[in-house]
Amino acid sequence: MATTVHEPPQIDHARPQSTNGDSGNGGWRRLVPPDGNPRVTLDYSPPPSSTAIWVVIFAITMMFAAFTSALIVRKSSSLDWQSFTLPSILYLNTLLLIASSITLEVARRRVTTFMGGLRSQVEDPARWLYITLFLGLLFVAGQYIAWSQLRAEGLYLATNPSSSFFYLLTVTHALHVLGGLGGLIYVIVKLDKSVLRQNQLIATARYWHFMGALWVYLLLLLWMKV
Amino acid sequence: MHDMSVQEHHHAPPTSFIRKHVFSLDHKVIGKQYYGLALIAAFFGMFLSWLMRIHLAWNNAPIPGLQLLSKAGAPGGVMTPEYYLQLMTMHGTIMVFFVLTTAPFAAFGNYFLPIQVGAEDMPFPRFNMMSFWVTFTAFVVLVSSFFLSDGPTLGGWTQYAPLNAVGAVAGPGQGLGVVLWMTSIALFCVGQLLGSLNFITTTLDLRVKGMSLMRLPLSAWAWFITSCMGLTAFAVLMPACILAILDHVAGTSFFVPSNLVINDQLQPHSGGSTLLWQHLFWFFGHPEVYIAIVPGLGIVSHVLLANMRKQMLSQRTLIYSMGALAVLSYMVYGHHMFVSGMNPYSSLAFSFPTLVITIPSTIVVLIWTFSLYGSKLRINSASLFALGFISMFVSGGVSGFFLAQPSIDIMLHATYFVVGHFHLVMGVAAMFGIFAGTYFWFPKMFGRFMNETLGRVHFWLSFVGAYCIFMPFHYLGMAGNVRRYASFVDDYLQPLIPVHRFITVAALCTGAAQLVFLYNLIHSRFWGKPAPDNPWEATSLEWSTPTTPPPFDNFGGKHPVVYHDPFQYGVQSSVGDYVMQTSPEQVATEHDEK
Repeated sequence: MATTVHEPPQIDHARPQSTNGDSGNGGWRRLVPPDGNPRVTLDYSPPPSSTAIWVVIFAITMMFAAFTSALIVRKSSSLDWQSFTLPSILYLNTLLLIASSITLEVARRRVTTFMGGLRSQVEDPARWLYITLFLGLLFVAGQYIAWSQLRAEGLYLATNPSSSFFYLLTVTHALHVLGGLGGLIYVIVKLDKSVLRQNQLIATARYWHFMGALWVYLLLLLWMKV
Repeated sequence: MHDMSVQEHHHAPPTSFIRKHVFSLDHKVIGKQYYGLALIAAFFGMFLSWLMRIHLAWNNAPIPGLQLLSKAGAPGGVMTPEYYLQLMTMHGTIMVFFVLTTAPFAAFGNYFLPIQVGAEDMPFPRFNMMSFWVTFTAFVVLVSSFFLSDGPTLGGWTQYAPLNAVGAVAGPGQGLGVVLWMTSIALFCVGQLLGSLNFITTTLDLRVKGMSLMRLPLSAWAWFITSCMGLTAFAVLMPACILAILDHVAGTSFFVPSNLVINDQLQPHSGGSTLLWQHLFWFFGHPEVYIAIVPGLGIVSHVLLANMRKQMLSQRTLIYSMGALAVLSYMVYGHHMFVSGMNPYSSLAFSFPTLVITIPSTIVVLIWTFSLYGSKLRINSASLFALGFISMFVSGGVSGFFLAQPSIDIMLHATYFVVGHFHLVMGVAAMFGIFAGTYFWFPKMFGRFMNETLGRVHFWLSFVGAYCIFMPFHYLGMAGNVRRYASFVDDYLQPLIPVHRFITVAALCTGAAQLVFLYNLIHSRFWGKPAPDNPWEATSLEWSTPTTPPPFDNFGGKHPVVYHDPFQYGVQSSVGDYVMQTSPEQVATEHDEK
């Protein structure tokens, strides 16, 4: 789990604060031109990865909103819906994913401190990232155990619409979690090479927390509807 | 070139052929790749429409060589009804997805959005490259269904359930053909989501110093609004396709109801909802109409401004109107389902916003009209097609008033009236927007002018031809001519066949006129008159690049600084009646939205 730590990378400073009372961005709020000519306005935009992660989160939200509406419509359209008890391991998996969000937050703060040049306070900044990665892998493994348990009970994808939606939602979520694990590995590798930028870490953390929140929503949905 | 800061550019241009022309990360190359894909798709889709039109006009007459395309679908060259539906499905799918979405949004947007905001590229070039190649793969997957033994799917571009989910029993192409269609469209969604991600981040985060949102050109605004729509719409269509594929290959029952008997066979599904597909599809489908047309609104505004040589009546109102169209487009989709059996009160709920959406559309047209009033419009191929766009947009939009009302729609639904409506307002208008953009930006993209005489010939033949094709459709619809029928020989529709023949002749001639455009495009690419950096005396950033076509990093290793609104025309400056966005020169009559 240990990693080679090189020199701390350059900190990616936050946007400089505008001095003319507006947001400082190119045009989010009405801009006040600085005194005199030429009429240039300040423009300090956020790093694209910060915006991009919200765009990704929005697209995934729309996708699961579509699945949710499909579930509600499908359940009410016919009497063939057969409820079943959710595998209890899902609750343990939920705890794992929530715990991984906490460890990632710890990791984010430690890495930020490390990148700020305070090396003496942080011996191994990647340690908590590895713990998060491990918890994430445990979550996916736990989901696989849940699918295996349902299979052993004779509940397959096409057995009933309730099981169809269970597999659909949990597998789609797990695939997105795997994407998040890929992001964590990317961050660890970048940190190892001392080329990590802070906004990359923040974007990965946001995505990971979203995966956790999405899973809690899906669990509630499945618990109520399945 | 005016004032530039001295920030250095860090990327070196690629040197290998593959990196330069095939798997390129350069937004300009990707834009041209999208344009090329749309061009191929457009001519292929048009060819399919020719075959359909010939069959409708001269039913049961053999079309020489058609049997080579499909032995089963056209034995002896005579098209079967099923093959007609297959061609119709592929025509609609190719045109809507791979032409009307791809060309005005992905092609021009990719090429010009980063330049218009002053960036050297999109923020995620690898995603951008993936976006094109996933879209290209989607096209290949779709067209490959022509090589299936029973041909492509015949379910129409809307692929209504349950026929999209029960397999080959529903007809030729409804087995693997549907799976390929769904796979293709799901891939297309992935490609467009990646594209939207880049468009949104480019617009919000990569604007150069001085480029506030209100200083963005209208075309950039249109691409930004479209990418927001695409993000929402394609993220819903993709799961719908996944559900349909699962119904096909995994035996689930999302869309197939109980006790469904097709061709005397009881289907092994139960309890699904056929309307569920319609809801999911049209939640995407109606915004898709605006995904096709909003970039056209931006391109036409951009072209008109450069040729009017005066300000738009209100640039801000035009931007708000495009935004209103985008928001409202999600609230009207139920008007496609008035006859689906949904609650009549639901019809009213969808009818009202459908009528409301005509307000921002009308505002846009009025702004154009009153801005044009009194202007000394420079007449050229680009401005002619921009005017043609307005004409088509209005003509096609007016019939929307009728269709928006459930009581009238019940009669007109699934008739040629609807076909005429959406072809004019979404198809031809968007195509005219593409043509306007092509004639306008070609000198910047390739450093050469397109032939102006051929451009005008192309315009007039297309303008007159499009009306000859699509206005009679409205008459046919009011006469009760249902759409999607392969022949009209046996019943009350027989008297309408002469109208169909007229339309077919018009379609063949108008299609042939597009060959003039194709010739002009290819010939001008290599032998056209060389163009200067700013041939139209336009103001936005794409015209201030140091070379034409722009260098790899767009601005020669520097970032421009923006001082003005994008459309400072009709002013007194040292260079003429305009001030470029990058010019620090102050002019007396300046109007700045900031």
